[in-house]
Amino acid sequence: MSDNKKSAMYDLTKGIIKENPTLVTLLGMCPTLAVTTQASNGIGMGLATTFVLVCSNVVLSALKKFIPSAVRLPSFIVIIASFVTLIEFLMKGYLPDLYDSLGLYLSLITVNCIILGRAEAFASKNTVFRSALDGIGMGLGFTLALFLMGSVREIMGAGTWMNIAIPAFSPMTIFIMPAGGFFVLGVIIALVNKLANKKPPQELGCHSCPNAAQCESYRKEKGECK
Amino acid sequence: MSSTLLVILLNAILCDNYVLSKFMGICPFLGVSKKLDSAAGMGAAVTFVMVCATLCTYPIYYGILVPMELTYMKTIAFILIIALFVQLIEMILKKKIPSLYNSLGVYLPLITTNCAVLGATILNIDSEFTFIESVVNALGGGLGFTLSLIIFSGVRSRVNSADIPETFKGIPATLIAASIVSVSFMGFSGMFS
Repeated sequence: MSDNKKSAMYDLTKGIIKENPTLVTLLGMCPTLAVTTQASNGIGMGLATTFVLVCSNVVLSALKKFIPSAVRLPSFIVIIASFVTLIEFLMKGYLPDLYDSLGLYLSLITVNCIILGRAEAFASKNTVFRSALDGIGMGLGFTLALFLMGSVREIMGAGTWMNIAIPAFSPMTIFIMPAGGFFVLGVIIALVNKLANKKPPQELGCHSCPNAAQCESYRKEKGECK
Repeated sequence: MSSTLLVILLNAILCDNYVLSKFMGICPFLGVSKKLDSAAGMGAAVTFVMVCATLCTYPIYYGILVPMELTYMKTIAFILIIALFVQLIEMILKKKIPSLYNSLGVYLPLITTNCAVLGATILNIDSEFTFIESVVNALGGGLGFTLSLIIFSGVRSRVNSADIPETFKGIPATLIAASIVSVSFMGFSGMFS
């Protein structure tokens, strides 16, 4: 029992720091870079992704016995896209400002590799309860990373934080431009690895990518084929 | 007419580059840009699928979803079309043109989940382009993607052989190099309008 409890706790917390999807396993780079011009956008995007991740993890782990493996990926995508459409409706109705500022990237949650990656690596192998915990943890880790990115970029680039102006600070616009996004993410990943006393990642999170089994370049690196 | 098409094409390639200013398709940008030939192969495959996907999704959106007032279904419909299409292209290439399959085919499974392709199809609808403008925009987006992948594969081979601090080796240095490439693309902004 105690062992069970411990592993449930681990499922929940591992995504937040230890296996943070953005900063450690390097998944879901596109929204991380695209919407983090403001801290509030980061939270909005993070929570929207968390919602989709938890729902799709629960549904996929409940349906794992019924989905034939040949059509696994398309079925996953359809289920995820349905939840994305749902959150689009909710956000349009209740948070129209956030809906406008996230724009296209809200639809692109469908192809966020964190969601597909967790579906493939965790939800399709574990129980509904554990998958839900995993979804919450990973989602919160993603939200945290986005909030961090958004805060740094908003403070440095616009001189505000959560839309509150910071006095006596002259912002550098480059940080809210695309180039600043790449730069801040690179520095944050380096910093996280320095603090964790680890070597920085050499590769993207290909090992948790749903396409890893088919991906020639990944298999080549692993030495599985010539 | 033709001048607007040229503006759309150049805008999509240089100013609104999918990778460097819209942040779509970052995974292949960082994952497949290690070697020049794989960068070019991935770029060509993405361009091809992007144009074909636009050719399919545009008529479906205006022919089926709009008259039936199902426009909110576009995310689901488009991703299904893209998944179907990628599978179809893979099968056709494997049977009919094996030489092309060997150079492009390996990248095809990765394209279904490439956000640049879904992004391009949705963006064409959101910008209210006509059919021809959409196709030109998709072509430009694909060419821009290829261009940035090819440029970046060159930058990356230099970065890999440079002497950089241990903490930054690997992905952090790659991201900072991408930031500098992105600065150079900022020079094009507002050039064509």
